[in-house]
Amino acid sequence: MIDYEYPEYEVVRDERRCTVCRLCEKQCAFSVHGFADGRMTADPAQCVNCHRCVAVCPTHALKIVKSDHCFKPSVNFTADLMHDVYAQAATGGVLLSSMGTPKNYPVYFDKLLVNASQVTNPPIDPLREPMEIRTFLGAKSETIGYDEAGKICVERKPTLTLDTPILFSAMSYGSISKNAHEALARAAAELGTFYNTGEGGLHQDFYRFKDNTIVQVASGRFGVHADYLEAGTAIEIKIGQGAKPGIGGHLPGAKIGEDVSKTRMIPRGTDAISPAPHHDIYSIEDLRQLVYSLKEATDYKKPIIVKIAAVHNIAAIASGIARSGADIIAIDGMRGGTGAAPTRIRDNVGIPIELALAAVDSRLREEGIRNRCSLVVGGSIRSSADVVKALALGADACYIGTAALLALGCHLCRSCHTGKCNWGIATQNPELVKRLDPAEGARRLVNLVTAWNREIKEMMGGMGINSIEALKGNRLMLRAIGVTEKELEILGVKHAGE
Amino acid sequence: MNHKTIDVSGVAAHNREGEIRIPSGCAISGFFSRRGRRMSADGIVQSIAYMHDRSNGLGGGFAGYGIYPEYKDQYALHIFYDDFEARENCERFLNRHFDIVNLSRIPTRKHPRITDEPLIWRYFVTPLATKLAESQLGEDEFVCRCVFTVNAKYDGAYVFSSGKNMGVFKAVGYPEDVGEFYRLDEYRGHCWTAHGRYPTNTPGWWGGAHPFSLLDYTVVHNGEISSYDCNRRYMESYGYRCTLQTDTEVITYIIDYLNRKKGLRFSDVARVIAPPFWSQIDNLPPDERETFTDLRNTFSPLLITGPFSIILGFSGGMMALNDRLKLRSMVAAEEDDVTYIASEECAIRAIANPSKVWAPRGGEPVIVTLDEDVKL
Amino acid sequence: MQIDAQGLDFETLNRKIKETAGGAVSVSNLLGQRYIGSGVRNKKLTLSGIPGNALGAYLHTCEIVVHGNVQDAVGDTMNDGRIVVHGNAGDALGYAMRGGEIFIRGNVGYRAGIHMKAYGDVVPKIVIGGNAGDFLGEYQAGGVIVVLGGQIGHFTATGMHGGKIYVRGEKAPADLPPQVSVTEHADVAEIAPLIETFGKLFSVDVATLLTDRYFLLTPSQANPYHALYCNRSL
Repeated sequence: MIDYEYPEYEVVRDERRCTVCRLCEKQCAFSVHGFADGRMTADPAQCVNCHRCVAVCPTHALKIVKSDHCFKPSVNFTADLMHDVYAQAATGGVLLSSMGTPKNYPVYFDKLLVNASQVTNPPIDPLREPMEIRTFLGAKSETIGYDEAGKICVERKPTLTLDTPILFSAMSYGSISKNAHEALARAAAELGTFYNTGEGGLHQDFYRFKDNTIVQVASGRFGVHADYLEAGTAIEIKIGQGAKPGIGGHLPGAKIGEDVSKTRMIPRGTDAISPAPHHDIYSIEDLRQLVYSLKEATDYKKPIIVKIAAVHNIAAIASGIARSGADIIAIDGMRGGTGAAPTRIRDNVGIPIELALAAVDSRLREEGIRNRCSLVVGGSIRSSADVVKALALGADACYIGTAALLALGCHLCRSCHTGKCNWGIATQNPELVKRLDPAEGARRLVNLVTAWNREIKEMMGGMGINSIEALKGNRLMLRAIGVTEKELEILGVKHAGE
Repeated sequence: MNHKTIDVSGVAAHNREGEIRIPSGCAISGFFSRRGRRMSADGIVQSIAYMHDRSNGLGGGFAGYGIYPEYKDQYALHIFYDDFEARENCERFLNRHFDIVNLSRIPTRKHPRITDEPLIWRYFVTPLATKLAESQLGEDEFVCRCVFTVNAKYDGAYVFSSGKNMGVFKAVGYPEDVGEFYRLDEYRGHCWTAHGRYPTNTPGWWGGAHPFSLLDYTVVHNGEISSYDCNRRYMESYGYRCTLQTDTEVITYIIDYLNRKKGLRFSDVARVIAPPFWSQIDNLPPDERETFTDLRNTFSPLLITGPFSIILGFSGGMMALNDRLKLRSMVAAEEDDVTYIASEECAIRAIANPSKVWAPRGGEPVIVTLDEDVKL
Repeated sequence: MQIDAQGLDFETLNRKIKETAGGAVSVSNLLGQRYIGSGVRNKKLTLSGIPGNALGAYLHTCEIVVHGNVQDAVGDTMNDGRIVVHGNAGDALGYAMRGGEIFIRGNVGYRAGIHMKAYGDVVPKIVIGGNAGDFLGEYQAGGVIVVLGGQIGHFTATGMHGGKIYVRGEKAPADLPPQVSVTEHADVAEIAPLIETFGKLFSVDVATLLTDRYFLLTPSQANPYHALYCNRSL
């Protein structure tokens, strides 16, 4: 049986510019580039289009182009699907992918337009006038009164205070490198926000970022111990992930080196399997048990986040979570990223975050329990405009994962599951990891979020809003374009021109 | 003053108030006697007339406190009816829920610039004891819910005033004309507030004029707030129905919620809706910093952004408040026992010769209440 | 020429002022009439009562003296001439003022001198005898503001990128934005003529005002926002 697939990409080398310095060869963990008979060679079949060689080439001699080699075109059986079939016929395996789905599902953020003030009230100039984006996450006090001295008394709930409505979403040590983790932690500290350990435990070196850490408890419970629970400002229970709802995790043994092994508290080289469910949660009342066990374990001092994937019945699920003692609900939309997920799951399961968020926010308000918890959304928030739109739909803050990785150098080649990330992010290979300088990475993350903060303020100012709390759930500040009546109804916004 | 009439016929096909959100600018004025002296409404009519150019003839109104001493224990319901049938239906509802002590048309006089008036009725009522007990609600909440029911479910009926010993009078027209129409010269009260409206997108509807009121809270408001939908959606999750979609309506509900339901003092209500900036709060002594942070965090969706100046009337007091950037003008003044508030100083000088005039800072409420020894 | 403004709307009143022959016009019993002095040239207007908003808007070659308080937006986009107020002023005094002088005996509201600007040797000046509200000199691009009362509000000089603000006092103003520099002992020589004029206009002894300590606020750079942007073209 002939089992040959033409390479998807071509490596184009401008021989006039190439100085045969062989840097591309050294930098490519996929062994695309070679050297023979005094000239550079390339095996395009290995290329994942990660742009590492392109970016480091000192003479700009390289580019990667999509091959124009083609099958007979079909809109039904596309080339992608044919490749998938060939691969599965050859191996009998489940297709595996990384990062968010590339499929052409509607991105509602791109169908929402933001308002601005004209005449009847003034826009505010954010570069000069005070513009507040301080963000609180957690349950709000239901009771308020005065003490004998006449001072306001509220029931203070565990609360996260952020200087931006943006947090870094959960990415485990194991799925990403130690340097990537360090960059996220340092940036979070500098920005006054939080990064999230993911389900891989917390490396000893990073306990010092306690005030900017959210520790995650997932079904595999890797690295979860008393000190770990105390090591964060909040604890996140991971129920699901937007890229792979209903699916657990699997970190291959190859990635479990000495450090990861120590952090996850599992032997070197064994696979780290996170079960699909938490086996102590088979029903909503069990969630309450897990939430309160964590609250007991940490003396009710830390907000508990419950992170779920956006799935069909999301509004009812969120309502149940809000009533189970969670202080914050994190919802991850189907376009969210992942270090590895079965392709069919990533591309077909779940719903977009915009619809999930709108439905949840409306539902919690209808039930009068919106105050009991904050909503943090992710999957995928691509720009400051997405943040503004998410907040106006009803979110309290946004998780960013993919955008943060892009800031660290990721080029979205969607090959994290290979463990050969040339950018030193999604790899445990020490040679590759050291390519990512944590200080430089942190600086770029700080730049990114700082720039987004400025843009958020600029858009708020245009709307005449000078404090972010007045943007939250302010759906009149949005109009939709090119969507159906039903979509308008779910999003709870009017059409542009209305 | 130079009265210009505005032709509204071209926009008559537009949506009515409540079906669409209508931004509007305005003028406000109010005064309050700490001694509870009942003053003629002439002053307030004259005062608001001096800010004629801030209105466009599409809404004017007044609130008077202490105007019904003979019925001070009854709720005074002022209701607009589109027609006789609406009145019959609504009165059946009122009879089922209230003991109606007195009812009558509100006296008006014909005015060339006030047209298309609805039927305007007034009822002095007490909740029926049996209904009240059955509802397991306090008296105020019972009345409040009945008002919501009429306004949401009884077509052609609209309760626009529902407090005790106070009343709202409003119409489509310039405020000075509205005052004449309602024969306000025949009323006396210890507090009066007024509003001249400048809506941008409406033929004007009588119910949409200001003051907006719920129970004894009345609000007149100038400006357009940018936090509206955030505020509205929060209030609706607590059972308030924002049927008019106006800023004034939601501001009134916020005040009702924070003051009547949550028990916050008016000074703290002001701190919730127009708090200092974090940069200022962070520099306060720890005690105050905690209080401001607790209030801002607990009620964060009730922060109001965008320009506003409001005068709130309530039983026994009056509060004026500007947005925290002071994007709307507001002047306060005192003469003897009377405190005056207006969008412009001229509106105060028109009726008083105050010994003290000042401009309250953004977010700094001016609160006046009856002297302790005063009994109304 | 004397005009009694009682009962006159602004259009009638302002027409009367413009039609008056001769340079000097006195107007009494003002109560809220707007736009006085706007579009009037080469006259001296003496006003009593409360003139309305936008007094002296676009003022050019005119002098206005007010015996009483003034409301909002006085001297809006004023070009030339002088406004003297024997009382307090409301908000947004001298917005985008390009030239001329404003002297206020008392206090001013929010946003005095907002976006004042100077060009060549045309330098607008505002002298405030009392205190100033928040956002004094916001976005100030040029011109001189002097606060003799010494108290200024929050958010003074936010966005200031030109001009000068002098504040009399012993303590440096707090909470200024990062792009504003403070000179602890400002040279009073530059504003001495303004202070002397203030003294003459309001018959106030300015001897101590001339020897007191002043803080000078100036922008440390003319393009403070350059660093906010990145240059990717899309």
